[in-house]
Amino acid sequence: MMKKEISKSTYLQKDPWANLRSLSKARIALGNSGGSLPTKEVLNFQEDHAFTKDAIYSDLMEEELIEQLKKFELPVFQFQTKVSDRKEYLKRPDLGKKLAENSEAEKGNFDILFILTDGLAAGAINERAIPLLKEILPKLKDYRIGLCLVKFGRVAIGDEIAEKIGATFTAVLIGERPGLSSPKSMGIYSTFQPKPGTTDERRNCISNIHEDGLSIERASEILKYFIKESFRRKLSGVSLKEGNSGLPDHE
Amino acid sequence: MAYKFTLRGKTYSFEDLKMVLAKATPERSGDALAGIISEDNKERIAAQYCLSEIPLKTFLDELLIPYEKDEVTRLIIDDHDAKAFKPISNLTVGDFRDYLLSYEVDGEIIKKLSPGLTPEMVAAVSKIMRNQDLIYVAQKIEVVTKFRNTVGKKGHFSVRLQPNNPSDDPKGIAASIIDGLMYGCGDAVIGINPATDNPQEVSKLLKQLDDFRQQYEIPTQNCILSHLTTTLEIIDKAPVDLIFQSIGGTEKTNSSFGIDLNLLKEAHEAGKELGRGTIGNQMLYFETGQGSSLSADAHHGVDQQTLEARAYAVARKFDPFLVNTVVGFIGPEYLYDGKQIIRAALEDHFCGKLLGLPMGCDVCYTNHAEADQDDMDSLLTLLGVAGCNYIMGVPGADDIMLNYQSTSFHDAMYLRKVLNKRPAPEFEEWLLKMGIFDEQGNRLEIPESILKLK
Repeated sequence: MMKKEISKSTYLQKDPWANLRSLSKARIALGNSGGSLPTKEVLNFQEDHAFTKDAIYSDLMEEELIEQLKKFELPVFQFQTKVSDRKEYLKRPDLGKKLAENSEAEKGNFDILFILTDGLAAGAINERAIPLLKEILPKLKDYRIGLCLVKFGRVAIGDEIAEKIGATFTAVLIGERPGLSSPKSMGIYSTFQPKPGTTDERRNCISNIHEDGLSIERASEILKYFIKESFRRKLSGVSLKEGNSGLPDHE
Repeated sequence: MAYKFTLRGKTYSFEDLKMVLAKATPERSGDALAGIISEDNKERIAAQYCLSEIPLKTFLDELLIPYEKDEVTRLIIDDHDAKAFKPISNLTVGDFRDYLLSYEVDGEIIKKLSPGLTPEMVAAVSKIMRNQDLIYVAQKIEVVTKFRNTVGKKGHFSVRLQPNNPSDDPKGIAASIIDGLMYGCGDAVIGINPATDNPQEVSKLLKQLDDFRQQYEIPTQNCILSHLTTTLEIIDKAPVDLIFQSIGGTEKTNSSFGIDLNLLKEAHEAGKELGRGTIGNQMLYFETGQGSSLSADAHHGVDQQTLEARAYAVARKFDPFLVNTVVGFIGPEYLYDGKQIIRAALEDHFCGKLLGLPMGCDVCYTNHAEADQDDMDSLLTLLGVAGCNYIMGVPGADDIMLNYQSTSFHDAMYLRKVLNKRPAPEFEEWLLKMGIFDEQGNRLEIPESILKLK
């Protein structure tokens, strides 16, 4: 006797909550076959991984960014770190925290330095750093502000730069490690009285600034709050959070 | 004190105990970054021979980080149980490996030895063990913890449901939780890494999780993985189940995390006061990971794996419900590729279990590491065999908030199937009652009616 042909509906199990997918970018309601991922989902994941791997090797658009920074009519600085290429950047975070030997800049005595660096996702800085500055700079008229661009930098590069040109507060805008669904995510690390050797508990972090994460407007609001409070209480980091009922709520 | 070993006519010397340990460590990028890795394979094997001949008691006399300078060292030395150590006090590191592997040593014996072991002894023996040794010894040890359910029993395998969302959106989080529960995940904890470590936001999330748990009578525990100080700030008002904190193996590392032993003690006391556990009251949840000390410039020239084991000495002081080594999260500058991540995870799981901890592992990698899903499948399977208490469960293995790949709900299904493991007993009962799983642990067809969740 001929066996009946196998029908997909007998072995592929559907997840009847696909409607929840509109609520999140998370990979939910994927269905399963014997508990394992269906073929389509396995390949879809591997596609995203392939594209994300390549995004890590993208470059900071230095010339364009410098052009844009100059339009704010504030002092603009450009630096290099001790890192010479992306592979070295990945293996030697210590070099990404240090300015290149020949780095020179005039002493400026700034209140705030905004420091743009590629981190692990140059694309995030290429696309989101300028919009963030456009949002926040008009609200910081009372401060002396400088703008910096540095290639192959880590968060702590801000400490060296602050020491070099003199600054009370730094906001380092950096490309975060790319996720499969968000290869271009920006983070901001703010530090009051930064100096080389500053550890993470003295920094405040705003992360996940991207299309499906924190909006530029919201990030700017939080950063403005950190700036105001850091100057008022003369500190940043873990201890700034205590009693920070003033932080505007999520909408 | 300097150590020497002669190998095929060449004498290698190591300036002190911590250099023997560092040079004996299987290759990893973090030790290279710290400048303490062995020069070549020959020096590494010489160091391993040398280490194997060092008596265990040496680690009580020759301290890697001075007693006066580091409160973690003080904790290790002051809490050392000489009576528990006595039976093995005459063994060398090499003897200790053989002893652990022997037929006569079972989980109960290891449990009795445990208070007599220091993290340095445990790290030392792990360095001369192969992956299969790390698995074989670890699976002898059963570490069971209780809060609202029972995690870690042999034959069981639990999952932290990790419904992270880049903007802490309640609906997005709920969607991921439902997805995870329908795949039998969430018995270790439902734990969110918040995007903003802000007391009000954290309180809101806790409230949401607690309401959900109560509405569906889910026998599990919740956690928002905020900084300890944030949790302590809201502990009187918000429904805090597990108290979370990242910890490291040196005082300076912990200080870079904004904590110290006193603060941990304070949190432990505050947690005990709450008494929200129904069948147990272990309520701390610690995360660790090789490389955190170097990353905070707080490593004192000690290799990253030994420092990781020292973090477990901090953990065991506070009788945690869960400990998680977040092995591949830190990045390729500490663990370069799949091979290094796999080895490190097995070492961490082994060392933690030997020190009596309820070890789980975030089987994971970042996109800038040389690793992929195949590496994670291998590690997941090895840890399952080793008796790991729990893994993470992230929708489709893709954490859209922390931007890395962990294990998925489907991965948990796979592991339970191939190793014939079951969820935590109380949670499994709930899955059966809800019509989500059958007795074999297979997912049932889910009727729309269950999904009128919210």
